[in-house]
Amino acid sequence: MASDGGVSCLRRSEMMSVGIGGIDSPPLDVDEVHVLAVDDSLVDRIVIERLLRITSCKVTAVDSGWRALEFLGIDNEKASAELDRLKVDLIITDYCMPGMTGYELLKKIKESSSFRQVPVVIMSSENVITRIDRCLEEGAEDFLLKPVKLADVKRLRNYLTRDVQVSNGNKRKLPEDSPPLTLSHDSSDSSPPPSTLSPDSSDSSSPPLSPVEIFSSPLLSPLDDEDDDVLTSSPESTPSPVRRQKMRSPGLD
Amino acid sequence: MELVQMQKSLQDYTKSLFLDGVLDSQFLQLQQLQDESNPDFVSQVVTLFFQDSDRILNDLSLSLDQQVVDFKKVDPHVHQLKGSSSSIGAQRVKNACVVFRNFCEQQNVEGCHRCLQQVKKEYYLVKNRLETLFKLEQQIVASGGMIPAMELGF
Repeated sequence: MASDGGVSCLRRSEMMSVGIGGIDSPPLDVDEVHVLAVDDSLVDRIVIERLLRITSCKVTAVDSGWRALEFLGIDNEKASAELDRLKVDLIITDYCMPGMTGYELLKKIKESSSFRQVPVVIMSSENVITRIDRCLEEGAEDFLLKPVKLADVKRLRNYLTRDVQVSNGNKRKLPEDSPPLTLSHDSSDSSPPPSTLSPDSSDSSSPPLSPVEIFSSPLLSPLDDEDDDVLTSSPESTPSPVRRQKMRSPGLD
Repeated sequence: MELVQMQKSLQDYTKSLFLDGVLDSQFLQLQQLQDESNPDFVSQVVTLFFQDSDRILNDLSLSLDQQVVDFKKVDPHVHQLKGSSSSIGAQRVKNACVVFRNFCEQQNVEGCHRCLQQVKKEYYLVKNRLETLFKLEQQIVASGGMIPAMELGF
């Protein structure tokens, strides 16, 4: 777990540990969702990172808007070969940050020709309607109220899926009705809107894990949350999901 | 103490923290993120929270002890503490921070001092309770047992 304030590219080190290669690793597989998370709070960064990884995303976490722009290469003129391979599928950023706010970061991303298509999600601990509206007007895809929960991240994951092309012909059934923009209000115990449920949810609506993912992903099967909405593992390539509780209390059912 | 007894103690202890409002459902969210590949996730995040909070409380004490209190400095600290305590489910700390921010907004120095004391009180309480909880977990694991899942009807 990264404890410095800089960039933590955890996925990279995991890829290296399974002999995929070092920094010169091949381009990210189109199946793998790569999320850039931006938050000045270390605790929140660790939590959002884990939430994303447990839903099978690769994560790069940075501690400021400037570092985010640096990582994306938006703020520098020179093109880098590395950047051609940079694939960011989602940017999730805190709103209140010193220096550059999440809103300012959002604007810069939407001004960039390379990254304006990337969905940007704003997180905030404050449920301020004007703030939410302003972000949505500026092009934010969604607005999450902190503290962020697994259900929130899963919902994000679901609407990302429909944009991810499956390259190996292993077609997944994608949700027919993609959910309209929904705002995550602070109703901690209410379930997320069920519009992400596909009627045939026995088909996975998230990418099947590639062999790389199976060996390097910390969690083979994303757990079902209490709402049992989307089955997030593919029957073909992963074992059936094991409820987390079972792993912890074998003798106390 | 027998393993089963230890596990029951842990469950009862954890439950009491929820019933007392010391922890809220966000703590359960963190527990859901822990698994055999990340077996210490909760204690790692909580430890970071403690380190962060110790620093913030120190800074707050210093800021409030100034002749002229700079609320532009005080408020961001409280905001930060509110955020991180909320993220780990330390409900009473978070609530104390909310009150604190109100007094900051009013630029009420006396009120802020009282709030800082309250925040510290709640913080040391949750710190103490969580450290006890982690010790109980360690004892169970050391005895070869598994941590029982929390079955809560919250």
